Order: sequence, then C-alpha cells, then structure tokens
Amino acid sequence: MIARTERFYRGRTSWDRLVAPRSIGIAGIVLDIVALWVALPPVTVRSVLLPVLLAICAIAAGIWAFTRGERRLGGGAVVGALVAVGCTVLATHAHAANLEGVFVWSALIAATLRWATPLTFAALGGMFSERSGVVNIALEGMMLMGAFFGAWGADKTGSWFGGVAIGAASGAALAFVYAIFAIHLRADQIVGGTGINFLALGITGYLYNDIYGNKGTPENLPAVPDVHLTFLSDIPPKGLGNFLFDSFGSLNLMIWISLILLPVSYVALFKTARGLRVRSVGEHPRAADTVGISVYATRYSAVTLSGLLAALGGVFLSIGYVNAFSENMTAGRGFIALAALIFGGWRPFGAFAACLLFGFSSALAQRLPDLSASESAAWPVLFQALPYVLTLIAVAGIIGRSIPPAADGQPYEKQ
Amino acid sequence: MTEGAAPPPPASSPEAGPPTVAERLAFYQRAGGVLAPLLTALIAFIIGGLVILATTGKNPLSTYRAIFDGTGLNWFFHVGSYSITLPFSETKVWFPWDTGSLAALNLQQTLIVVTPLILTGIAVAFAFRCGLFNIGGNGQYTIGALVGVQVGVWFAGMPRPLHILIAIVAATFAGAVWAGIAGILKATVGAHEVITTIMLNWIALWIGSYLVGFNGPMQDPRAISAPVTKPIADSAKLPVFWGNPALQGLHIGFFIAIGALVVYWILLKRTTLGYEVRAVGFNPEAARYGGISVPKSYFLAMAISGAFAGLAGAIDILGWEFRLDLTVVQSVQIGFIGIAVALLGRNNPVGIFFAALLFGALLTGTSTRNLDPTIFKPELAGNLTRIIQGLVVLFVGADLLIVYFWQSIRKPFIKLRRRLGLRAKSVAVEAE
Repeated sequence: MIARTERFYRGRTSWDRLVAPRSIGIAGIVLDIVALWVALPPVTVRSVLLPVLLAICAIAAGIWAFTRGERRLGGGAVVGALVAVGCTVLATHAHAANLEGVFVWSALIAATLRWATPLTFAALGGMFSERSGVVNIALEGMMLMGAFFGAWGADKTGSWFGGVAIGAASGAALAFVYAIFAIHLRADQIVGGTGINFLALGITGYLYNDIYGNKGTPENLPAVPDVHLTFLSDIPPKGLGNFLFDSFGSLNLMIWISLILLPVSYVALFKTARGLRVRSVGEHPRAADTVGISVYATRYSAVTLSGLLAALGGVFLSIGYVNAFSENMTAGRGFIALAALIFGGWRPFGAFAACLLFGFSSALAQRLPDLSASESAAWPVLFQALPYVLTLIAVAGIIGRSIPPAADGQPYEKQ
Repeated sequence: MTEGAAPPPPASSPEAGPPTVAERLAFYQRAGGVLAPLLTALIAFIIGGLVILATTGKNPLSTYRAIFDGTGLNWFFHVGSYSITLPFSETKVWFPWDTGSLAALNLQQTLIVVTPLILTGIAVAFAFRCGLFNIGGNGQYTIGALVGVQVGVWFAGMPRPLHILIAIVAATFAGAVWAGIAGILKATVGAHEVITTIMLNWIALWIGSYLVGFNGPMQDPRAISAPVTKPIADSAKLPVFWGNPALQGLHIGFFIAIGALVVYWILLKRTTLGYEVRAVGFNPEAARYGGISVPKSYFLAMAISGAFAGLAGAIDILGWEFRLDLTVVQSVQIGFIGIAVALLGRNNPVGIFFAALLFGALLTGTSTRNLDPTIFKPELAGNLTRIIQGLVVLFVGADLLIVYFWQSIRKPFIKLRRRLGLRAKSVAVEAE
C-alpha cells in the first residue's frame, strides 16, 4: 500500500497531494475529532447542529477516500463520525455543569496516565517476550501475581519498596514457570498461557482468602509515594502553571518509572547488541542459533523479564493506585495490554500511545456516569464497557497492518 | 498382543500378522490418550494436595475425601435394594440405589452443575477442532442466559414444550451471534480470537450488569434489596425427572447436554461441515488449497461454538435458576472451566463427559453448602479448584511432558515385549 501511495505522489504538485485519497481520509478523521471537540468544554456548543454538519463532511470525505482505495482511513472516518455524533448528542443532552465536571482536562490527563500505567508496564513486558518469539497471553496472570504479592509484601515488610520487590519477583517466578512450559516443553503457548492465567487467579485468590479472609487487605498498607512537583505551578502564565501542576504535579512514582522505562526499553531492544539478539531470536531462531546465540537462554530471560515488568503493573494497581487487593482485580488489563502491544506494532512508543488511548477511555468511563442528570439511571454502567469495546475495535482495525515478529508463538527445537 | 494365537500367514516380513505397525501405534496412542489425561489430572490433584498441606497443615487425603463426600458420587457405592417410580408415570421398579438419600441429593446438584459444563466444554472443543481458541464462553453463556430469561419471562401461558423450545432456540442463537462477532473478525481481518473473545466477555458482563442491575430494563421492580430479573414463567421451566422440583431436582437439561454430545460427534465426524472444520483446524493452508473456504469455516466454527455456550446459559436459567442475579452475571466462570473440560477430555465426547463430571464434582464438592468449613474453608476450596483447573490446562498444553513421562514408564515393558515377541516369532518359524 505504501508503495502504491508513493507512486501516486511521484512527480505531482502539492495540490494533487492535498486531494489524494489519503489526505482526504485523514481530513475526515480530523473533522471527526473537531466535531467531538466543539461539543465538549471549554467550547461547549449547546446544539447538535454544528457537530452533525462537521460529521456529515467527515462521512463524505470518508466515503470519497474509501471508494478511492483508502479503505481503512475512509472507513475509520465514517465510523469515527458516527461515534462523534453519538457522543455529541449525549453531551448536548447533559447539563452543562455536569459536562464541566466531567471534562476537567487536567484531571483527565492525570487519570489517563494512572489508568495507562499498568497497561504500559504489561505491554512493555509483553514486548520483550514477543520480540523473543514467545507469545505471552499470561500477562494477565503475571499482573495479578504482582498485584497480590505487592500488597502482601508491603504488608509484611512494612515498606512499599518491599512490596514492589516481592511483587516483581513473584511475577518473574510465574513467568519462569511459563517459560519452562513454552520453551523447553514446547507447549502450545496460547493454551499454556491460559493455564498460567488460571493458576495465577487460583493462587492469588487462595492466598488472599487464606491470609486476609473476609477482612480484606489492611487499610494502612504502605503505598508507593506520589511525586510532588510544586515548581510546576510557578511556570509563568498562571493558567498554564496550574494546568501543568494539576496534570503532572502529583503523579505516583511508578507512573514516572513507567515513563522512564519507555526510552530505556527502546534503547535496550533496538540499540544494543543484546536487544538485537533478542529480536533475532524472535525473527529467525535457527539463524540466531547458527551464529552462536543461545535461543533458549535468550527466550528464558526475555520471558522472565516480561513477567517482572507485567507484575510491576500489577503492583502499581494494588499499592500505587487502589491501595488494596481484591480477587481478579486486574480485570482483563493484561489482555488490553496485549492488544495495545499489537496496536503499537510491537514497539515501545507505539504501544504506549495505544495504552494512553485505552487509559483515556477508562478514565472517561469512570467519569462519564456523572453526566446523567438523575442519580438512579442505569445506563451509565454501560460506560464501563468502553475500554473493552475500544480494544475490540482497535484489534479488528489494525490487524494485518501490524506485523508480529516472524517466529512469534513458534516453539524452537534445538538440533 | 497375542502373536502366537494369530494364525500366521507365511512370515515374509516381521511386520506381517494382525498387529500391523499402524494398528499398534493406534493402540498405544489410544492407551496413551486415555492415560495422559488421567496422569494430568492426577498430577494436578497431587500438587493441589501439597498446597492444602502447605497452607492448612491438614491431611490432603482426608480433605479430598470430604470434598468427594460432598459431591454425591459416593452414592454409587451404597448399593442396596430400593425402588423408584419411573419419571412422569406411577410405575414402581426395583433399583439398586437409594434415590432419596443425602448423597442422592448431592449427586443431583453435581449433575446440575455438570450439565452446563458439558456444553461449554463442547463449545471450547468445537472451536479447538477448527484451530480456534474460544475463551469467550463466559460472555456467550451470559448472553444466552440473558436472552433465555427474557424469553422465559415473556410469552407466559404458552404451551410448555413450545415455550421451552423458543427460549432455548433464542438463547442458542444469541450465543452464536455473540461468538459470531469474534468469528467474523477472525475471518475478515484476522483479529486474534483470544483477545476478541476476552473483550466480548467483559462487554457481555457490563451489558448484563446494565440490564439486570438496579433500575435496569430487565430488573424486577419488586425486588428492591438485590438486583435480579423477574422469574421466568412456569411454562418455561424444564421438567425435573429426579428429585424434588421445589428443592432443585435434576432437570431434563442433563439429557439435552448428553444429546449435545451426540450432536457434537455427528457434526464433527459425519457432516461435510465437520470435515471442513477439522481440515481447517489441522492445516488451514492445505484446507484452502483443497477448496475449503477457511474464513467461512472460522466463522461457522465460532458461531456453533457460541451456540453451545449460549445453550448452557439457557439451560441453567430454565432448569434451576429461573431468574438471573446480578452477582451471577458478574461472576460467571463456566466458560473458563469449559476450557479445562475440553482439554482434559481431549475434544472427545466421552472424554468431555467425564472431564465435566470431574470439574462439576469439584465445584459442588467445594461449594459452601456441601463442604464442612471446619475441614476446609469453602472459599479456599473454590480457589483450589481454580488452581487444579489451571494446572490441568497447563499440563495438557504440554503434551510433550506427559508423552515423555508415559514413554519412560513404558520403556521397560516395550523391551520386555519385544524380547518375548521375537522369541515367539522364532519359535513359530522353527515350528514351520
């Protein structure tokens, strides 16, 4: 497809470029976003007319692009326009005051980062594992292990650092067990991963009931501290300073760690010899083996590292955010992280962008119920499904474009 | 094999005679095929026993014994002389077991749980045969239950068989549609069914929570304390054939599940559709080359798989739940257990039945009602079930381990048999 567009552009003027199906498709999607944006604070157009007009333009652009070969972009623009119209109808029917309450952008940014962090950790973990050629469906279970043992470790050692260390170690241990099955025993990785997920669910549930019973985890659980950046509010324009402080001023330490891990893992995987080895094992294990790279050792370490990272995501959930553990508290986040990884093309920053998207939808889902005027309406609970619907759409829309490591999911047999 | 007894044709090659290499291989595989799952379950239970020992310090054997007694399976061991009235008639006939004992009551509960497990096991197994991994049984079950309860509430006063039939068909279809979404996505854009079905599980959970939850459209306005749907009409309830209908007797849904096993077998082994599904599961590329539409098979396999799971939801509603509770919607696990059932049963109808019996018995045996909390806390036992289930899935996935184990056990026997076989042959040759 890229080759075709390049041919299309060659030797044409910028006007031709502007009316190319690709540009029109992108314009359609931009129109979608604008249509959605005008109905929300601070603009808050109180009539459906303008957003609908914009959406109609977007649909037209989308269909135009669709019929001229840009099927994904065009289709995306049309679907986006329909979603935008739905949302704006909802928004214009809500009370303006409620709308202001929901769309506090600085708070939304902070919440998005909070929701995205567990996903980011797990997606980074999954990236190491899958880049080495082992599909990691078990991210969910490793997160759950981290969540429970993080809380337990913090409780037993009395310090949050102990919780983080024990939680991460538990995830790594479970990942190591998974690695034995996936690598040495050459089990079907999807089935084995599912088994690991059940196992983690059972182990954490069992120990939780055995140790804490009906009382739940203690309320004074040592929590990972927040990082207070007071200097942000001193940044010159008062509005900007406050906005920055509200968004980034009091984020949890682990959020910052996840943000630091992004470039670190990028460098580790794409700029170092060790990273090259991991990737070569994931692309062509036989070739890697021939030049003397130990496929098994590389895969073992990659999978164990992935469990450690995923468990950190779980640790953040239990002692960084909620400050308690409950059974099955990860609620499918491992799978969302996996979808984010695919969505981001098995690359750290791409995966992070997808995590932000899912994080934003979760943050929105938490706040949107406030939109409804009456307390007793039942439908706001449906917003809880938003992240999952979005994941479904993302997975459906992106597959085929995103190419997994060539040997992903294939057990390697030494010769 | 009795080499000596078979009338040997002129022994031109050592392979001649009835036990051909292929036959022998098939025999060993069959033997290993039964033994491997048994070993798997055994290992899982042993590890589970170690967990009991390590955390509670109790004797694992007596704990398992307590769980076993709660399942009602001990009913079969108490043979005596009793009589039963044949279902739906007044005739009394002799029967070796006491149908009114406590164990019988427990067994009814176990079989009530086994019924949907068979169906979700079939659901997972059918998709497996097409190379698809349906872990969306929970969502499909939920959607089936929602539709089943709604149809059961509507159409009150309809003739009973018709009402039941409509409810079951509607729920089955709904399950098929729900799984069909994942099937279409797999067939058209290649979205991995594991992720899509998991997402569909959560979406179904929240849709169910909306419909059944407080002020939801399906919630019974009279029930204020706990969110629950209206009860289904009497005409939609499945007849009970064993036990007291007022005390959750065993309903005819059990036979529907057995029938579904037969349907599953016929569908797979005796129809073109089944052949295509298996071919695609075996090797999609080769199937495509052979003229089979792979996307169509993916979609159909997924939809049929979802149909079985939806049926499970309907049968639970029409058979014994009669109304849908919010807590039930939010804690459905049956689709996940179906995975363990299908894997342990090796996608084989008989295997699925026994695997469902095992897990159904575990679920009933560890329920709060049947397990003495002083022996083993039911909350712990419930999670122990999950651990065992996880281990089973993990070990079944690792065929190699079991096969290796099986081979190492068999090695001395093979050597012995080979030596004996050779001697038998040489004797036969000498006799000639």
